[in-house]
Amino acid sequence: MADRIADIWGTRTPHAKDTPWPVRVDLHLDAGLAESDVDRWVQSACVLCSNGCGCDIAVKNGRMVGVRGRAGDVVNHGRLGPKGLYGSWQWAGRDRLTRPLVREGGRLVETDWDTAMDRVVRRSRELLAETGPLSHGFYTSGQLFLEEYYTLGVIGKAGLGTPHMDGNTRLCTATAAAAMKESFGSDGQPGSYTDIDSCDALFLFGHNMAETQTVLWARVLDRLAGPDRPVVVAVDPRRTKVAEAASESGGVHLAPLPGTNQALMNGLVREVIANGWVDRDYVEAHTLGFDELAATVEPYTPEHVAGVCRVDPADLRRAARIFGTGERVLSTVLQGFYQSHQATAAACQVNNLHLLRGLIGRRGCGILQMNGQPTAQNTRECGADGDLPGFRNWDNPEHVRELARLWNVDPLTIPHWAPPTHAMQIWRYAEQGSIRFLWISATNPAVSLPQLPRVREILAKKDLFVVVQDGFRTETAEYADVVLPAALWGEKQGTFTNVNRTVHLSDKAVEPPGEARADLDIFLDYTRRMDFRDRDGAPLIKWSDPEGAFEAWRECSRGRLCDYTGLSYAKLRAGSGIPWPCNEEHPDGCDRLYTDGVFPTHPEVCEDYGHDLLTGGTTSAEQYKARRPDGRAFLKTAHYAPPPEQPDDEYPLLCTTGRTVYHFHTRTKTGRSRQLRRAAPEPWVELSAADAAALGVAEGDLVRVESPRGRVEAPARVGRGRDGVVFLPFHYGYWDTEGDQHARAANELTPTEWDPVSKQPLFKISAVRVTRLAGATGPAPAPTTAASAPQDSVGVVPTRGDDDVREDVAPTDPPAPPPVPDRTPNVLPHAAPKG
Amino acid sequence: MHLATYLGLLHTSLTTLADAFREVGRGHGEEPDVRHTCQVLADLADQQAEALAPVVRRYGEHREDEPERLHAAGLESTRGGPVGLLRDLQDLYTLASLTDITWTVVGQAAQGLRDRELLDVVNSREQDTARQLTWLRTRIKQAAPQALIAAG
Repeated sequence: MADRIADIWGTRTPHAKDTPWPVRVDLHLDAGLAESDVDRWVQSACVLCSNGCGCDIAVKNGRMVGVRGRAGDVVNHGRLGPKGLYGSWQWAGRDRLTRPLVREGGRLVETDWDTAMDRVVRRSRELLAETGPLSHGFYTSGQLFLEEYYTLGVIGKAGLGTPHMDGNTRLCTATAAAAMKESFGSDGQPGSYTDIDSCDALFLFGHNMAETQTVLWARVLDRLAGPDRPVVVAVDPRRTKVAEAASESGGVHLAPLPGTNQALMNGLVREVIANGWVDRDYVEAHTLGFDELAATVEPYTPEHVAGVCRVDPADLRRAARIFGTGERVLSTVLQGFYQSHQATAAACQVNNLHLLRGLIGRRGCGILQMNGQPTAQNTRECGADGDLPGFRNWDNPEHVRELARLWNVDPLTIPHWAPPTHAMQIWRYAEQGSIRFLWISATNPAVSLPQLPRVREILAKKDLFVVVQDGFRTETAEYADVVLPAALWGEKQGTFTNVNRTVHLSDKAVEPPGEARADLDIFLDYTRRMDFRDRDGAPLIKWSDPEGAFEAWRECSRGRLCDYTGLSYAKLRAGSGIPWPCNEEHPDGCDRLYTDGVFPTHPEVCEDYGHDLLTGGTTSAEQYKARRPDGRAFLKTAHYAPPPEQPDDEYPLLCTTGRTVYHFHTRTKTGRSRQLRRAAPEPWVELSAADAAALGVAEGDLVRVESPRGRVEAPARVGRGRDGVVFLPFHYGYWDTEGDQHARAANELTPTEWDPVSKQPLFKISAVRVTRLAGATGPAPAPTTAASAPQDSVGVVPTRGDDDVREDVAPTDPPAPPPVPDRTPNVLPHAAPKG
Repeated sequence: MHLATYLGLLHTSLTTLADAFREVGRGHGEEPDVRHTCQVLADLADQQAEALAPVVRRYGEHREDEPERLHAAGLESTRGGPVGLLRDLQDLYTLASLTDITWTVVGQAAQGLRDRELLDVVNSREQDTARQLTWLRTRIKQAAPQALIAAG
């Protein structure tokens, strides 16, 4: 048995380049149970990160009692990470919402569904009569199912007709989508996890994969432990396990000052161009904009970049050489870029590096613009965020007409006069009082949004009617006018799609507690009570269960890049995860996109006409068509501009926030798992050794971190990050603390600022000052197993759990990878020669 | 030659526009994207004015009397609330449009004179005015429905 708290990534199964990743089946059951005790296994996939590991849920006596990786699943080949093993079901039965709540005399009191829904519908109708649909906002999640998002999308866009819909995906994955739209014309992951098995070099841009997607990192470790291992390059201000692997593999760890990514990327691109590592034929045939790109990056010499980013110019040159000369390079990008300054521009430069060298659409040559949450891809696809369903273009009248035909509504009902409202603007409208009805589902903005003192003020506003739909009584639920108890994973049915487009079915294993209902049923109940109708007077929403919603979505996806028409519940149940596009022609899905260098940029197919990366100004249809992209990718960039917030005498340090290995989001699930809670029970403040010494702070001392917005107080971990940078884990809120002090959540400090294109907030740069408050009572409660390890381990007890996970190495052969199409489905070919 | 006069007009309209962007950015500081982007665009306008300065100096020696009402007034203050924001962005749009068409006017004269230095400045810098207009149009389109229909 294995202790997967201590050994996060599990037993190594090394393999050579271009050989399949071996199977290792991970199993964890409730104490005292054996596999033979389990009544039945129910098919699902893990929702505790964006990786999308296929798993089966063990059920005994109507209760979830364990989880086992699916050996035949293309994503994980049987493995699960610590969060999946210890946090998937262990929350069940703890502190759940079991009845609806309504606010009476300032307090939330239990009630029945009719009373609760009646209040929601009454307020909704009043505001529609008074002001119209612009009074309504919906703030959803990256953790519901596809069927729920699509239903919510149709309610908002065709039932009410409000543009104010977004998800917390705005905080985690908006830049991934934005960067792909700018470069390739549409959302849609070019690469695949299988590229890890075949690459020669692996670049991780602001991506602490070792902690955020542990099973994916296990896949990398198995290459690093095998023969002909890849070289790793890490861009991260912290000394993460990824950064360690970079040094050990002969690669480079670049630790730029937070907020300077764009300068670094312009420097890398310049080196690739200046050294003649560009594939001229590919660039000529398949891209637009090379000359502007080359001119823009020209001033970013290694020395200039080194000055801005405070990195060694020799390291920058070495990293560029690895990229420029590698035969097969895979890049991944995550929050270090997405939640930082010039997010979209920097993420686009990663796309540009690959386009310049033609390293895309080939084995081992991929881009993974990552997601932060398990079902974020579906929020983006289904129209529950700031996009139209099926990657349709809000500015393309024909795309809007397609939706209007599909839903049988007037095209004017569907808001498409401007880009759908992004989350930060929705909250601003609520603050100003023009949105007065805000329905929050499956997310906890009172802990996860930036600048929490402001968020609490907005939620508490008297003229804002707040509906919160959740499984737990979260910090946000405390501000609600109506709380709707929702079923969670394992208690309802649906599908969802991971980072590399793999769709999984998650079946219902057990009944939800008390009167809790599936989110889909709640949305359908609202629809019925609001009596939304189509043009012919028939009910707008014609489905009543998950499979019906899936079938409706399948039609909506027909002919688009995210084509689901070849998928069904029966097909997913007969096998395991299948990546879209999946249609009649490609019944087993597609592993990798853009093999032929043709991208969905044709004006008729593209999801967006693009933006000026510096300001976010939108390109008009006429301007876009005049460039005749017709299948060519865009090489777009922007100059580096200094971030809006910079250290000064009063706030001399930069604070970044992030996810850590044992928790997910605001810990609603992982904080209720004994093993995970014990591994990282309380928040901490990470300081570099030199900064700690300058402040007179020793390991475990209580410190206060302050920004102009608020403060956090926690014990200090004297860690291994770069000087001048403070790190805070973003998981901790207030549901499990006493008193009403707000000094625990990292977002007390963060600013209300966002990227001009993706509108993703800048969580990674707050100017702060740190003060020592009291001496230590012991070491900080930070894990020792990953990036938060102490600089000096003397006196710090290593983080460990119990030997309670069974790992079965190579019980079966690995599943075959999905096929790779010669031509990407539903993408129009290059129409005419360039020029 | 009136080109010198028009170069003066372009130069002051750029500095006026830069100041107006700063004023709107400050006045609507509670809209973080407006605050930050106006700052970025003000800096761009400053850089445009700087690039134009040597040509303005060169022609400045041959300056005629200025025609009446040549210069547009800048923004002295900003308005409050969602409709105020909309209106302030429209004022910026008007100022930026004047700058935009003045680049065109000056560019035409530069061609007539075969003034390569001035042509280079026009060709390399007038697109930054287009960029300012693009952002203003985008932000105005976004703000208009909410300000005119739902805001109190």
